[in-house]
Amino acid sequence: MSVVLETLNLQRSFGALMVTDNVSLSIPVGARHALIGPNGAGKTTLINLLTGVLSPSGGSVRLDGEDITGVGQAARVKRGIARTFQINSLFRNLTVLDTIALAVAERSGIGWSIWRPANSYRSVRDECMEILTRLGIADEALRQISELAYGKQRLVEIAVALGLRPRVLLLDEPAAGVPSMESGRILEVLAELPSDIAILMIEHDMDLVARFANRITVLVAGAVLTEGAPLEVMADERVRSVYLGEALHG
Amino acid sequence: MNPVSDLAASLISIGFYGISYAMILYVISVGLSITMGMMGFVNLAHGVFAMAGGFVLSICLARYGIPFPLALAAAFLSVSVASVALERGLYARFYGAGELTQVLFSIGLIYVAIALARLEFGTQAAPIMLPDYLKGQVKILGHDFPTYRLFVIVFGFAIAFALWIAIEKTRFGAFVRAAVDNRAMAQSIGIDTRRLFTLTFALGSGMAALGGALGADVLAPQWNYPLEHLVYFLIVVSVGGFGSLHGPFVAALLIGIADTLGKYWFPEFGAFLIYAATIGLLLWRPHGLFGACS
Amino acid sequence: MTAEARSAQAGYAGATRYRWYEAVPFIVAIGFYFAMPDYLSLGSRILIFVLFALSLDLVLGFGGIVTLGHSAFLGTGAYVAGFIGAYSPVSDPIIQLLGAVLAAGLVGFLTGCIILRTKGLTVIMLTLAFAAILLELANKASAITGGTDGLSGIQVAPIFGRFEFDLYGQTGYLYCLGVLLVAWYLVRRLVHSPFGTSLTGIRDNASRMHAIGAPVYWRLVAAYSISAAIAGAAGALLTQINQLVGLDVLGFEPSGEVVVMLILGGVGQIYGAFLGPAVFLVLQDALAKQFPEFWYLGIGIGLLFVVWYAPTGLIGLISRVARRWGRP
Ligand SMILES: Nc1ncnc2c1ncn2[C@@H]1O[C@H](COP(=O)(O)OP(=O)(O)OP(=O)(O)O)[C@@H](O)[C@H]1O
Ligand SMILES: [Mg+2]
Repeated sequence: MSVVLETLNLQRSFGALMVTDNVSLSIPVGARHALIGPNGAGKTTLINLLTGVLSPSGGSVRLDGEDITGVGQAARVKRGIARTFQINSLFRNLTVLDTIALAVAERSGIGWSIWRPANSYRSVRDECMEILTRLGIADEALRQISELAYGKQRLVEIAVALGLRPRVLLLDEPAAGVPSMESGRILEVLAELPSDIAILMIEHDMDLVARFANRITVLVAGAVLTEGAPLEVMADERVRSVYLGEALHG
Repeated sequence: MNPVSDLAASLISIGFYGISYAMILYVISVGLSITMGMMGFVNLAHGVFAMAGGFVLSICLARYGIPFPLALAAAFLSVSVASVALERGLYARFYGAGELTQVLFSIGLIYVAIALARLEFGTQAAPIMLPDYLKGQVKILGHDFPTYRLFVIVFGFAIAFALWIAIEKTRFGAFVRAAVDNRAMAQSIGIDTRRLFTLTFALGSGMAALGGALGADVLAPQWNYPLEHLVYFLIVVSVGGFGSLHGPFVAALLIGIADTLGKYWFPEFGAFLIYAATIGLLLWRPHGLFGACS
Repeated sequence: MTAEARSAQAGYAGATRYRWYEAVPFIVAIGFYFAMPDYLSLGSRILIFVLFALSLDLVLGFGGIVTLGHSAFLGTGAYVAGFIGAYSPVSDPIIQLLGAVLAAGLVGFLTGCIILRTKGLTVIMLTLAFAAILLELANKASAITGGTDGLSGIQVAPIFGRFEFDLYGQTGYLYCLGVLLVAWYLVRRLVHSPFGTSLTGIRDNASRMHAIGAPVYWRLVAAYSISAAIAGAAGALLTQINQLVGLDVLGFEPSGEVVVMLILGGVGQIYGAFLGPAVFLVLQDALAKQFPEFWYLGIGIGLLFVVWYAPTGLIGLISRVARRWGRP
């Protein structure tokens, strides 16, 4: 299958600390890829490099075979890369609907519209409601983000990313802090997404990983320890000792 | 006199006045830089402490005839102690708050302070009665220098050195550096950041008072001092870079000398040059000369 | 900070229709015209500062840009209107006003491009520095600006060729009210638009706005320029009402005071910008001359109080009371 997003020898350090160490990763169209690794392995940093929040100290990022290493955040979003944040990063003072509408509006190019009232864009509103319905939080549409329980906010995180209609979706521990009932819901929603969307999910919960992924990359101390099919990786002795051992305490 | 030695003479005198002005700016601003870097607090009211220092000095000298060195110490001590109360009672509540809240809070404090200053001291600048041994001129290598300015320079360097020792070589300094680097980390390794903040704040305010007292001869203590000199303190801090110790020192030197030079050679441009240079520098390095990029 | 008040009116599910209380400021202003004919010069000053505060609300309240140098644009507008009136044959007030708006908008755009690359305290510092530079320029270019004596000899023709500026300030007052009405309509549209919602998003969480692909920097530059243009209009009004421009329009005082007025009134909700200047200037008129110390003390304590207990300002307090009243 054709590769949509890939990295070549990607490197990033903070001072003396090598956080991304020669990572080469390739994500094909329609991927259901999990990225796992102990705390501080550099998973979030990798997403930051993929989305252009951070610039690498070496190596490159390619989208559709084209080098986008120097391309800014906004431009990458326009080209179809969307992400969620490990720690909710929403707009305290906005309603759930407006939060998602911001994303939908940017995608549909009306963010600069300065004269027409926002509420006259019925299509934007409808699309937001449709996404919220899919995630089962349509009832909360008019509530303010700050009034929402943390778990619900996690769903809004995902809803915002879906509002961008991405081709590549990068999820940073989407289920962290979500009650297990609702984390099942997240998987269902992901399963309903068009199959050609590539999804990279960081996740600590091996159960979820097993249900979601058809490929797993293990990151340890910034470097790829191994990559392969789920059963293969989970059977790997090194993975067991490095990752699963830690996960028991974590 | 020939033009070359004329130029040399004016350069020397510009350098001299510039450096003494710089030392005053440095001693006042260094505390602001540390509080900005460590607590992330946008304390526009920092100049209030400098003003207070100047007033304390003036009162001690003029009203009570206390000897100059003791008066300086009194300025430092009284303002640090008062600032502990302020920090505990007011500032601490706004540590996590947004920038706008902190700005408004500190502007509120400025207004209260200038109102009180005006009630107490009126609209006149407070007189500073220097002791005789600091008046007059000293002759060095054939040039006359005002004794007081010389004293300010020596004192300023001594303070800079003492601070450098305190921050680089002591346990307290290690804590301060850790907290500036990463507050959460510092907390997690068991540093009592609350106490550290209070201490640092008191030290920074005390320094401001010392600077205000020391510089009272140049920047006269008067009721609207905190507003009038605000921009200069901010320039020193942002050019130097928040949280840095030598940043404000270098920045103060640059600004002190450039400002003196500008006023001397291009009086028609006034402070224009300083502002333009500051803007240019911040465009080039948005975090200042020595600021940590985060 | 001002959540309830705003989300009720703006956004994608909000109501854009006008409510009765939105007319209150204008009804009060017209009432003032008839009831207080001797105080119209104070009245005009209030209207002008409402306009100025409204411009500030756009960047501070909605965009989250903390500025202490907004007088740069008030002053630019004031001087440009003055230059046109004093040095060119154009004495039509509307054209002078538009010239001031354009010039201030341009200065806002140019300085905004620089200022908005930075963050936090540096932003504040740069806004102060730009205002200080302009003040310095105006001071030194006394051949054109009149320096400390001020710029005088400004010709202002009757509005629309018909309504002459009279000694009692009646025309001036109504003129200010008219300009304010237009600006209020523009700002209200802007706040309710997708652009306005995205500004709120940037204020709340800029990094998330980056992550949804919004051109954060250019949005802020746009808001800053528009705000500067409106501030320029306020400056032009000052010039035309007084037929004199003094250096103090570029000083720190208007910058600082307008922030205080807006905060007292309530930031980020349009109508705070109406209430704040009115209360501030009326009190200032009554107190500041006789008891300057207590005036400053009062502002200081007022600010501390607002920061502490009432972050939504007077408007917030009023709507809280109204809500409690509304449901017994
Ligand atoms: N901006 C930064 N400056 C300095 N160090 C950083 C920065 N961001 C991350 N790090 C360090 O890089 C390392 C990797 O961080 P990262 O957040 O990528 O880990 P992670 O794999 O996502 O961990 P977790 O499972 O806890 O989310 C950590 O040691 C972290 O402290
Ligand atoms: Mg992470």
